Amino acid sequence: MNRASLLFTRPAWIAFGLATVAAALLPLLNLVFPEGHALHVSGYALGLVGKFMCYALAALALDLVWGYTGILSLGHGLFFALGAYAHGMYLMRAIGRDGVYQSLLPDFMVFLDWKTYPWYWAMTDSFWYCMALVVLVPGVLAFVFGYFAFRSRIKGVYFSIITQALTYAFMLLFFRNDTGFGGNNGFTDFKRILGFGITEPGTRAALYLATLACLAGALLLCRWIVTSRLGRVLQAVRDSESRLMFIGYDPLWFKLFVWTLSAVLCGIAGALYVPQVGIINPSEMSPANSIEMVVWAAVGGRGTLVGPIIGAFTVNGLKSWFTAAFPDLWLFALGMLFILVTLFMQKGILGVFDQLKRKKEARAAAAAEPSSAAHPKEAA
Amino acid sequence: MAHSLKNLLATLAFCLTAFSAQAAIDPALLRPLAGDDPDARIDAVGRIAAQADDDARKVLQALRDDALMATPEGAVLVLDGEQAWDPATGKTIPLPDGADGIVVNNRLRAAVEGALSGMALLSPDAAQRKEAASALQARSLDPEQLPLVRTALAKETDPATKSILQTLVAGADLHASDPASRRAALIELADSGNAALRPQLQAMLAKNDDGSWAEPDAAVRAAAASTLRAIDGRVSRAEFVGNIFYGVSLGSVLLLAALGLAITFGLMGIINMAHGELLMIGAYTTYLVQSLFRAYFPDALDWYLAAALPAAFIVAFAVGVVLERSVIRWLYGRPLETLLATWGISLMLMQLVRTVFGAQNVEVANPSWMAGGVTVLGSLVLPYNRIVIIAFAVLVVGAVWLILNKTRLGLFVRAVMQNRRMADCVGVPTGRIDMMTFGLGSGIAGLGGVALSQLGNVGPDLGQAYIVDSFMVVVLGGVGQLAGTVIGALGLGEVNKFLEPLAGAVMAKICILVFIIIFIQRRPQGLFALKGRSVE
Repeated sequence: MNRASLLFTRPAWIAFGLATVAAALLPLLNLVFPEGHALHVSGYALGLVGKFMCYALAALALDLVWGYTGILSLGHGLFFALGAYAHGMYLMRAIGRDGVYQSLLPDFMVFLDWKTYPWYWAMTDSFWYCMALVVLVPGVLAFVFGYFAFRSRIKGVYFSIITQALTYAFMLLFFRNDTGFGGNNGFTDFKRILGFGITEPGTRAALYLATLACLAGALLLCRWIVTSRLGRVLQAVRDSESRLMFIGYDPLWFKLFVWTLSAVLCGIAGALYVPQVGIINPSEMSPANSIEMVVWAAVGGRGTLVGPIIGAFTVNGLKSWFTAAFPDLWLFALGMLFILVTLFMQKGILGVFDQLKRKKEARAAAAAEPSSAAHPKEAA
Repeated sequence: MAHSLKNLLATLAFCLTAFSAQAAIDPALLRPLAGDDPDARIDAVGRIAAQADDDARKVLQALRDDALMATPEGAVLVLDGEQAWDPATGKTIPLPDGADGIVVNNRLRAAVEGALSGMALLSPDAAQRKEAASALQARSLDPEQLPLVRTALAKETDPATKSILQTLVAGADLHASDPASRRAALIELADSGNAALRPQLQAMLAKNDDGSWAEPDAAVRAAAASTLRAIDGRVSRAEFVGNIFYGVSLGSVLLLAALGLAITFGLMGIINMAHGELLMIGAYTTYLVQSLFRAYFPDALDWYLAAALPAAFIVAFAVGVVLERSVIRWLYGRPLETLLATWGISLMLMQLVRTVFGAQNVEVANPSWMAGGVTVLGSLVLPYNRIVIIAFAVLVVGAVWLILNKTRLGLFVRAVMQNRRMADCVGVPTGRIDMMTFGLGSGIAGLGGVALSQLGNVGPDLGQAYIVDSFMVVVLGGVGQLAGTVIGALGLGEVNKFLEPLAGAVMAKICILVFIIIFIQRRPQGLFALKGRSVE
C-alpha cells in the first residue's frame, strides 16, 4: 500500500478527481462557448463558484483546527481578511495613475492628504513580496497569538472568546482612516493584476483555476496531515488533552503548528478572494463573519475535511438564492440553520449520509446473519 | 454717537441694581421716541432699557423691527398684527387711525441693539444670557459696555456664560494702562478656573519678535504665571474628576450590560451569544411602554420608566425561559455548540425586530426629570441621566446579590452550579433551576436594555455593540464571580476614559481589547478565580 492509497479510498480518489476536473472545465465552458450557447457558463456563475471555493478553503482551514484539534476559532475571518488586505495592497499599487486623482498614491491616501506611502507599504508594488505577506502576516500573527494562548493553556470557550476579541480589535483598527488601509471603504476599484486587466475573462479564468488548485492542494495537504501520526496526536488533543499531557506529550507545539497552518490557509483563501470579488473592507473582520465560517464547517460536517467544503457551497448557495428571492427571510433561515444543525445534525450533512449508510449496512448484516442480530456491531 | 452710547450704557448699568417693578412704562419715557430730537430719542432708549423688564424689551424689540407706531397725539404703540399694544397701560387696543411707523436711523438702531444685548445679559433665561454673552464676545467689546458686563458677571450663575463674561472683562482689565490694576486683575482671576483665559495669559508671558516681553512689568508677569498655574491646576483637577465620573458611568453601563451574562455565562456556563439581543428586547420594551404612555397616559409620561422596568424584566425573562426550554437545555455540556445555536437565535431575534419595528432606530426619550445635570468644580457638568444609571446599576447589583445569596432560589442556583449531580440527589429540581436561572439572567439583561435605551440609540443592532464588551467584562472579572464582574466593569470603564484623551476613542478601545487578551494569557481564570482542584 502506498501513501496515496492511505489518503483516500479508491472511490474517494475517483470522486475527488471527477469533482476537480468538472470544476476545472467550468472556465473553459465560459471561454470557448459564446454567450447564448447551451453549454455556456456565465461569468457571473463562474465568479460565484470562484468565491465559494475561497470560502470553502477557509472552512477547510477552520475544520483542521476545530474538527480535528478541538480549537474553535472565532477569528478566522481576521486571517482571511489579512490575507485579502495583503494582496489588496499589491492590487492597489497596480492601479498606478488610473485612480480618480491620477496620483501614484491610492485615492484614499490622496484624500487624507498623505504625500508618501507609510513604511508598511514599502515594496508592496512587488507581487511576490505581497504573496509572501499573504502567508507571513496571518502566519506570524497566529503563531505569536497562539504561542501565548496555548502556553497559558487557554482552551475551549475562552480561546473562542479571545479570538473574537482579537478580530474585533482588528476590525476597529482597520476602520480607522489613519491606519492606512482605506478605513471604512477598504480597497476597491482594482484595475489589473500582473499586467492583466482584472475584469478580462482570461484573467478571471486564471484566478478561478488558481483557486481550484489551492483548494484541491489544501484538501490533499490536510488529508495527509490528519492521516499521519501527527494527525493522531491532534485528535488526541481534541479528545482528551490532559490525558495526552500525562502520557508525556507537550500539546503546545502540535496545537501551534496546526493553528498557524490553518491561519495561513485562511490567508491564502482571502488573497484569492480579493481579485475575484474586487473589494475588501473591514466588515470582513466583523465577528459575525467568523462565526458564519464556523457554520459552514458545522453544516457540512466537522472533522471530515470534505464536509466543510460541501457546507461552504451549500450555505453560500442558499444565501445567494435566498437574498435574491426572499431577502427578508435569509437571516431567519441562517439562524434556523444554526439551531437545527447544532440540535439535530451534529455531524452535519456528511453525518446524515453516514448514518443512513450505517443503517443500511446494519440491515444488510441482520438479513444475512439473523442469528447474530442480537450482537450489534458496536460490541466489537 | 459714542458719547451718547456711553451715557446710555452708564445709565443702564446704574439703574440695573434698582429693577423697576411697575408693569407698564411711564408715558413720559415713551413720548420722546415719537419726537424728532435724536439725542432725546437715544436718551429715552437708555431709560427704557434701564427698566430691564419684559415690557421694555418688547418696546425696544418693536423699535428695532420697525413695529413701533406713533399716534398723532404722541402716544407710542407696539404693532401686534391688526391690533396694537399700548406699553403705557399694558392693554391691547385696536390700532387707531393715523398711527404711523417710527423711523429709525442708523444711530438710533445701534443704540437699540446695544441696549437689547445689554438687557439680554440680565435676562432671567439662562439660554438668552448665554446667547447675548456669545454675541458680545463675537464683536469686540466697547469699553463703555464694560460696567454693564461687570454687573452681569457679578450676578451670573451659569458657568459657561460666566466664563465668557469673565474672559471679556479680563480682556479689558489685562490691558489696563496701569501695571498695578493689571496685577490686581490677574490675582482676582486666579480662583476662576476658567480655561478660556489661558491664551490671554500665555500671550502676556510670551516675548515679542524683538526679544522684549509682551508684558513689560516683571511683577505682573509673575502674577500672570502663577494665575496660569492656578488655572491649569483647577482645570486638570476638574478633568480628573470628570474622567473618574465618566469612567464610573461607562463602567455602570458595561456592568448593566454584562450582569445578565455574568449569570448565564458565568454561573451556568452557557455561551449566550443572544445576550445582546436580550438587551435589545429590553430596550424595545421600553420603547413600547413609552409609546403606550404617550397614547393613553400622556400626563404620566415622565414616569413611564417605572412601568418599563418590570415590563422589560418580564418580557426578557419570558424570552429567556422559552429559549432555555426549547434550545439551550439540549446543549448543556457542549459549550461550543451552545455558542452556535445562540448565535443563530440572535440572528433570528434581530431579524424579527427588524421585520416588526423596521431597520431604523426608534426614538426613546429621557423623561424630563433626567434632562440637565449638576455642575461641580466650576465647569464640570454631570448629567442626571448618567447619575441615575449609576444608581440603578448599584440597585440591580444589590438585588442580584440578595437573590443569589439570601433566597432559596439563589441557594439552589449555587448548589447546581457547584455540583449538579449532588444537588440532584438531594432533591433540587435542577431542570427547573436551570430554567429560572437563565430566565433571571435574561430578565436582568432586559433591565440593562432599559438603561441602555436612556443613553444611546435603540435599533436592531443594539445588542451587537455590547456583546463583545459583555464577554470581556465577565471573562476579565472571573467566571462565576459577581464581585469580579463589578470590578471588571468599573475597571474597564475607568481605563477606557483615562486612555481616551491620550489615544482617541477607537484606539483606547483597541488598547483595552489587547490588554484583556494579554491579561487572560497571564491569568486565564480572571481577576477572581474559584479555588478548586479540577483539571478541566
